[in-house]
Amino acid sequence: MTTRITVDPITRIEGHLRIDVEVDDGKVSKAWSSGQMWRGIEQILVGRDPREAWTYTQRFCGVCTTVHAITSVRAVENALNLEVPVNAQLVRNIIQCAHAVQDHLVHFYHLSAVDWVDVVSALDADPVATSKLAESLSDWSMNGPHEMKAVQERLKTFVGSGQLGPFASGYWGHPAMKLPPEVNLLGVAHYLQALDVQNLANKIVAILGGKSPHIQNVAVGGVSNSISHDAPSVLNIERLMLIKNFIDKLDHFVKSAYMTDVPAIGAFYLDWASVGGGVTNYLTVPDCPQDTKGTVFDLPGGYIENGDLASLKPINTFDDAYFREGVAESSKHAWYEGDAALHPFEGTTEPQYTDFQDDGQYSWVKAPTFYGQRAEVGPLADVLVGVAHGDARYTGYLDQAMGILKSVSGNPDIPLAAVNSTIGRHAARAIRCGVMMDTLKVQWQNLVDNIGTGDTDTFNQPVFPKGEIRGVGFHAAPRGALSHWVVIEDGKIKNYQAVVPSTWNAGPRDADGQIGPYEASLMDNPVADPERPLEVLRTVHSFDPCIACAIHMVDTEQQEIVKVKAL
Amino acid sequence: MMVEQTQKRILVIGMGNVLMQDEGVGVRAVEELENRYLIPAQVTVVDGGTTGMELFEPIRQCDRLIVADAVNTGASYGTLVRIANEEIPAFFQTKLSNHQLGLSDLLALLALKGDVPEHVAIIGMVPHGLENQLGLTPEAQAGLDGMVTMLVGELADQGVVLEERSQPREGHWLREAQREAEARCA
Repeated sequence: MTTRITVDPITRIEGHLRIDVEVDDGKVSKAWSSGQMWRGIEQILVGRDPREAWTYTQRFCGVCTTVHAITSVRAVENALNLEVPVNAQLVRNIIQCAHAVQDHLVHFYHLSAVDWVDVVSALDADPVATSKLAESLSDWSMNGPHEMKAVQERLKTFVGSGQLGPFASGYWGHPAMKLPPEVNLLGVAHYLQALDVQNLANKIVAILGGKSPHIQNVAVGGVSNSISHDAPSVLNIERLMLIKNFIDKLDHFVKSAYMTDVPAIGAFYLDWASVGGGVTNYLTVPDCPQDTKGTVFDLPGGYIENGDLASLKPINTFDDAYFREGVAESSKHAWYEGDAALHPFEGTTEPQYTDFQDDGQYSWVKAPTFYGQRAEVGPLADVLVGVAHGDARYTGYLDQAMGILKSVSGNPDIPLAAVNSTIGRHAARAIRCGVMMDTLKVQWQNLVDNIGTGDTDTFNQPVFPKGEIRGVGFHAAPRGALSHWVVIEDGKIKNYQAVVPSTWNAGPRDADGQIGPYEASLMDNPVADPERPLEVLRTVHSFDPCIACAIHMVDTEQQEIVKVKAL
Repeated sequence: MMVEQTQKRILVIGMGNVLMQDEGVGVRAVEELENRYLIPAQVTVVDGGTTGMELFEPIRQCDRLIVADAVNTGASYGTLVRIANEEIPAFFQTKLSNHQLGLSDLLALLALKGDVPEHVAIIGMVPHGLENQLGLTPEAQAGLDGMVTMLVGELADQGVVLEERSQPREGHWLREAQREAEARCA
């Protein structure tokens, strides 16, 4: 018997993502990923001044404000062939690295840990045993027995109050929950601590960005921060040292809590290291430019096919033709006119709504391809491309995660290919977070050193020519490769397309009928209880979904929709 | 003479997406508040947009919280509502929505931390149009002044009487919305 499950919404911030699956004999046999909200925000930009585009693009999404701001100015700079002062590159890099660390921490602890950690079970834990376990894993300073006891007491009061708050959404006691009470308590303790830690990253963004939560310091041609050794109102030594202080505190938690928690929890869910793999083509772009022209990067980019690291084709510069020419988007199965896959410079967004048609059109998200293939973007792509490049940071942290996974599970035979999985995606995000911490430190040091040489330049004036110019800006964002494509005519925006990470991953079937990364990752997923499809959520949440156009209305009428029907 | 209490820190956040017409009415309302009135030091006005966790710490640092937002209550378009304290559902309404980090989620996280503001009020408007444009619908535009008045009243209830600016300033999003309207007519 086939059972059809519709989960809608998967979450709200991602713009109403709906997932449909058909389940045969307890496993997913067909899957559809559907964006349920019209996404044409780019059209607001047509006719506007390209220098102001970033102030609008940072409103695309409530999660990735800085991400869309920086990518937008990169697109316009690319069109102008405009060099960006080194200080400006480094200031932007620090902002984006800090944002990435914050985003990864929040995704694991506050958005997806409840898929794996049974909060109610933590009440049964022995705090002393929890502390011992935690201290055997790492040197994080807040793993003591008193801390664990205090967390448990607080949780008891909270649960006793009858309002489960952020935990009310969990599937407590679901048969797929496998952690012992002590590991659950450890997860809850770090969940609470991470609330404080993530704010350190926000402070870094706010210091450099001038205002929070929407930064104000970005400009086409650089940044508006002025640099001085001692003036109080600008970027001076005192502020830089404050940032360094926050970086060091963040580093301790990321390395000693997050990067050990994920493989340790994963060790209890080894069955999730063999499902959820997806399309296994991986794409990422280079990031953290070190020079004015965007030809030297701290983080590598490239494309891998069929999970084969040897197939790596590098992407090396902001001008890389291999990236620029490879991207296309198809609307054959999306609610827009036209079937053919179009390059973003030629992209159109003319709506053509039908009902949800399994074999026809069923999504407001288009289907991007890279040289005709579907590709997954995000931390798993970053890690695999990094390892394929032989980058010691990625290989080192991957080895470390595999080591913890093997020792905690007592299984020495877990293959490296296990990273192509639902739990592997979480592990990759933790590994990437470690790399982002390391590169954050490098960007900070390089900025201090560059200012030390007497260079205080932060801005080059853009000049717009008559006629048409085109540019692409990209960024290895927390959810993966983000690109903005702009066509400018006589100094005004003529076309603007954002190909966002969740479009790569959440896209529907493409012009050739190939399924997208979310859809592919759901195939063969077990579903123990169709009424409580926790397993579907686990795999989709492992991508950190977010369809980049947050609608934020408080809805007092909202109803949950989980439709289950036997076919 | 009464000795004044230590001044309470009051945070006013405008929430919403200004690129989606009435969805952004909360941001537009706090923009008007700042441009029509002088804001004393104990009050902080923030354009929160559609962000989530970035607002966790600012809310934790305040004693009293006032939020302007688009609110879907099922009432007719442009209706203004006030939802305060125990009326605010500090819990997830949708069982599956683990990823919402909206206001109710932030308040729930603060409750878990033991740091909930002593007073929370949402000044809301029921939105009409959610098109991809800056300008508000006539219904929302008509209600905007009332929303600002309610914010002023809420602050007065908290002991802060705002003084009007002798010369009101023109807000950024208001100006951009007007430019958009002019471009459409042209």
